[in-house]
Amino acid sequence: MPKANVTFEKLGITVSVPAGTRLIEISEKVGASITYGCREGECGTCMMRIVSGMEHMSERSVLEDKVLQENMAGRSDRLACQAQVLGGDIVVKA
Amino acid sequence: MKSAPDAVEIAPGTHWIGALDPGLREFDIILKTANGTTYNSYCVRGSSGVAIIDTVKLSHAGEFFARLEQVARYDEISTIVLNHLEPDHSGALPELMRRAPQAKLYISTKAQLMLKALVKDTELDYTVVQTGDTVDLGERTLHFFSTPFLHWPDTQCTLVEEQGILFSGDVFGCHFCDARLFNDQVGDFRFSFEYYYQHIMRPFREHVLEALELLEPLALKLIAPAHGPILRDVPQSYVQRYRQLASPLLANEVGADNKSLLVFYISSYGNTARMAQAVAEGAETVSGVRVSLYDLQAMGDLPFVDLIEEADGIAFGSPTINGDAVKPVWDLLSSLVAIKVRDKLGAAFGSYGWSGEAINMIEDRLRGLKLRVPIKGVRARLIPTDEELGKCHDLGKQLAQHLTGTVDRRVISMSELLASSHV
Repeated sequence: MPKANVTFEKLGITVSVPAGTRLIEISEKVGASITYGCREGECGTCMMRIVSGMEHMSERSVLEDKVLQENMAGRSDRLACQAQVLGGDIVVKA
Repeated sequence: MKSAPDAVEIAPGTHWIGALDPGLREFDIILKTANGTTYNSYCVRGSSGVAIIDTVKLSHAGEFFARLEQVARYDEISTIVLNHLEPDHSGALPELMRRAPQAKLYISTKAQLMLKALVKDTELDYTVVQTGDTVDLGERTLHFFSTPFLHWPDTQCTLVEEQGILFSGDVFGCHFCDARLFNDQVGDFRFSFEYYYQHIMRPFREHVLEALELLEPLALKLIAPAHGPILRDVPQSYVQRYRQLASPLLANEVGADNKSLLVFYISSYGNTARMAQAVAEGAETVSGVRVSLYDLQAMGDLPFVDLIEEADGIAFGSPTINGDAVKPVWDLLSSLVAIKVRDKLGAAFGSYGWSGEAINMIEDRLRGLKLRVPIKGVRARLIPTDEELGKCHDLGKQLAQHLTGTVDRRVISMSELLASSHV
C-alpha cells in the first residue's frame, strides 16, 4: 500500500501512514492540538496549515472549499477532517 | 429610578430603540447579573435611508418595535445591520424583515451559517460585508469592521463616520440595566464591565488585540454597545481599558527567550508529590525553561488560571481515587475555558492504587482544550519506584525539550501510533 510521511512541525514527529488517511486521524492520535469539532467539514475548527507537500494532498471538495473561504483561509490551509494524504512527504504546522 | 424610556436620541438623527430586561439574573448560564441587562438596538437616519443596527431578544420584541415606531416608519428602513447573531440580538430580526421587506440585511462573512441556523428561511436575502465596506444612508455612512471572535466568529462593529459613533456589538458591553442609559448618568457599572470582559472576551484575547488595532485609531465620540450603558463620556477610556485587560496580566519575568512550564499536583500520601518533584527536576535539566511547582491543595483556582494563561506548558499530577482524577484538578481544568490554552503543551502523571484512570482522563481533557499532548503520561502504583521516578524525570525533560524545540525528531508508523495512543 502506498505510504505518506506526515511531519508535525511543532511536535517534531513524523508519522508514516497509508495513503488515503485523513489528517485528523493522525493529528488526534499524535497529540497535536487539533482534535475536536464537528468532524464533518462544517465548523472550520480543525483548520490546519500545510507547510509543504500540498501537492500530495487530496483536492479540496466543494464543501471544504466553501468552509475555508468562509473562514478566510489562505491557500495553505486545509480542514484536517476532510483532507487526505495521498503519498510523499507532507509537513503540517502543528 | 427612571422608568423605561421612549426611544432616546443619542446623537442627531440616531436613536436608541432597544429593550430593558431588569429582571434577568443569569445570562447564557455562565454570567450573573445583579440588576438585569439591556438589549441595545439603534436607528440611524440619513437623508436617503434609515438603518436599524441589531435587534433584541424575541421576548422583548414588543418593546423594541414600539420604540422603533416612534422614530421611523417600516417602509423607510433601507438597511438592517446585525453586528452579532446571538439570539439576544437577532430574536426580532424575522419579524423586522417581515415588516420592512424592502430593507437589505448586512452581516459578516462568518455570520452566514449562523443566520441560516437561526432564521430557518432558505430564501433569506443578505449581503456579506467586511472591513472597508460601507453603506451610504445619505449624510450618514456606515463603515464595517470585521472583529471576529468577540465573542462569536461572526462579530463585527459598525461605525457612523460622520458622527463618530461605534456600534460595537458585545464589545465594550456589559450586563447592567439602568434606564438612564448613558455612562455618565447610570449607577456605578465598572464591576459589570470588568466581569463581562473576564467571562466573555478574555478567552479571545488575541482577537481582542487584533480588533483594537482596527478600533483604536478611530476618532470615537460615542460607543454604542449591544448591552449595558451607552459610552458617551470619555469613550476612549473604555477602549484603553480593553487594551489593558487584553495585555498579559502578569509581568513576564521568564524572559523573552525562556519558556515557562508549570507543574501542578495534588497528593494523598506524598507519592504523586514525589513524581511531581521528579518531573520538575527533569525539566530543569534543560536550559531555557523556567519550571514552577504548585500544590493544588493549598490554593483555589484563580491565581493558577492567570499563571496558566501566560505559561507555555502545563503538567498535572493527580492520584486516582474511585476511578477518577480528584476534584481540585477538575476544578482547575474546568476554569481554563476562561482563557486561551490552545497549542500549549500538556501532560499528566500520578500515583494510583489499582486502576489509575486519572492520567488518561486528564490527557483527554487537555486534548479537548486543544493543548498538545505528545508524551504519554507516567503512572505509578502507590509508592513510585526509582525507575518510575526516572520516567517522571524523563517526562519533565521531554516536556522542556518540546518547549525549547530541542526534542529529538522521530519517525513512527501509524500502526505504532494506534497501538500506543501516544508517541
